[in-house]
Amino acid sequence: MSSNIKMTNEEYSDYVDSKAKKSPIFKNFVLAFIVGGIICVIGQVICNISMYFGLDEKSAATVTSIVLIFLGAFLTAINVYWRIGKFAGAGSAVPITGFSNSIVAPAIEFKLDGYILGLGANMFKVAGPVLVYGVATSVGVGFIYWIIKMFFM
Amino acid sequence: MKVGSQTIKFKNTPKILETSSIVGKKEKEGPLGNYFDITNEDIFFGKDTFEKAESEMMSECINNLLSKANVDVSSIDNIFAGDLLNQCIASGYTIRDLQIPFLGLYGACSTFVESTLLSSIFVDGGYANKVIAATSSHFCSAERQFRLPLEHGNQKTPTAQVTVTGSGSCLIVQKDFSTTNDAYITYATPGKIVDYGIKDMTNMGGAMAPAAFNTIYTHLEDTGRKPDYYDAIITGDLGVLGSEILVEQFKNEGMDISNIHKDCGVLIFDDNSQDTHCGGSGCGCMASVFSGYFFKQLKEKKLNKILIVATGALMSPLAIQQGESIPCIAHAVAIENEV
Repeated sequence: MSSNIKMTNEEYSDYVDSKAKKSPIFKNFVLAFIVGGIICVIGQVICNISMYFGLDEKSAATVTSIVLIFLGAFLTAINVYWRIGKFAGAGSAVPITGFSNSIVAPAIEFKLDGYILGLGANMFKVAGPVLVYGVATSVGVGFIYWIIKMFFM
Repeated sequence: MKVGSQTIKFKNTPKILETSSIVGKKEKEGPLGNYFDITNEDIFFGKDTFEKAESEMMSECINNLLSKANVDVSSIDNIFAGDLLNQCIASGYTIRDLQIPFLGLYGACSTFVESTLLSSIFVDGGYANKVIAATSSHFCSAERQFRLPLEHGNQKTPTAQVTVTGSGSCLIVQKDFSTTNDAYITYATPGKIVDYGIKDMTNMGGAMAPAAFNTIYTHLEDTGRKPDYYDAIITGDLGVLGSEILVEQFKNEGMDISNIHKDCGVLIFDDNSQDTHCGGSGCGCMASVFSGYFFKQLKEKKLNKILIVATGALMSPLAIQQGESIPCIAHAVAIENEV
């Protein structure tokens, strides 16, 4: 057809890629490292404070997770976390606060559709795959660990 | 009358009597902010969900059109309307209250020109005297349907575009109705589906540019016109990247459209201050920018001959998940002050 751009699909795809502005990968890496690092430092501070007040290491780790999950949820609810996410990318998505954000964000949005079929049904829309494959992977890793322990330890 | 391979020449040249536009806060803060008829700072438009907000917005837009044109709702013969929501609910619920014979359309972001084109055919053929063409889109309802929840912390790619919260409508009437003598619809070129295999939902401009090229090129061939016949060739929401591709492809064919090409998605936002990446998109983008800005330019005779070309990406997130590419379409309508 004469009225089409004279390129094959592959040529056109390469052409579009060459024109498209690229994501600033280096900047994204640095920001993710810094913000992710800050979140981890905050976690460590919470952990140390908990231990200072007499909790053992395991309980302190649990308290840290709970506090960070609360902070992620709270910052999502007051319309702040998406701004951090836009700035930090993976830096705020990967830590447990990001996991919290990925559950609270759909919960807020789908609440408009009712509590059962809206909020209840869609709350894990974003985090669902992480849960499914996270649980599946931990079962697999646990199984491998069990076998290694049986034969080599 | 059909001319060339796919263009319609209007014998009776219907005209656009009046337009109406309404936008949200971000669009008001954009470079064209002062041109829109109505703006609303409340993203919910006084309703309790985003979908109801979109209907309310479209409803206000159409009511404003009726009062601007000073015509009664009962005298409207037909309304062609569409939006981006599943089953076009924004239009359906709006028009439920208006009691006008309704023909719902889905052409993704091309719907505004699609509805203008069909309205013109109804009027030109004498099957109707007054027809409304309207579309809408809402940032929040579109994000919900096509992307991630609003509060989710993530980064958009540089090629991404922002769905415009806005609605536009125009009233198309017979040539001899009332005393206005401008904005006649002379030609229309409905487009074919063009798909160059792009699968990236965050690069709509890149996916849709070939469809715009195809329709504009065909239109020029069918009518025997050169690009510079028009004062402006206005695309809907190709954005920065799509516009660049379109202009470059025409250059490859020996036609320079860089001075006359305008894109509503590029015009409506300012990327530097509003962080909108490649620009605006959505059914409401061309609808509000044409109705709010370009129609006034026609009225003031700053532009006299324009070709409006709205592009649409006819995909759904489901089809993309199933590995499909993005089929794209563009429809063109020529509007001229003199016939």
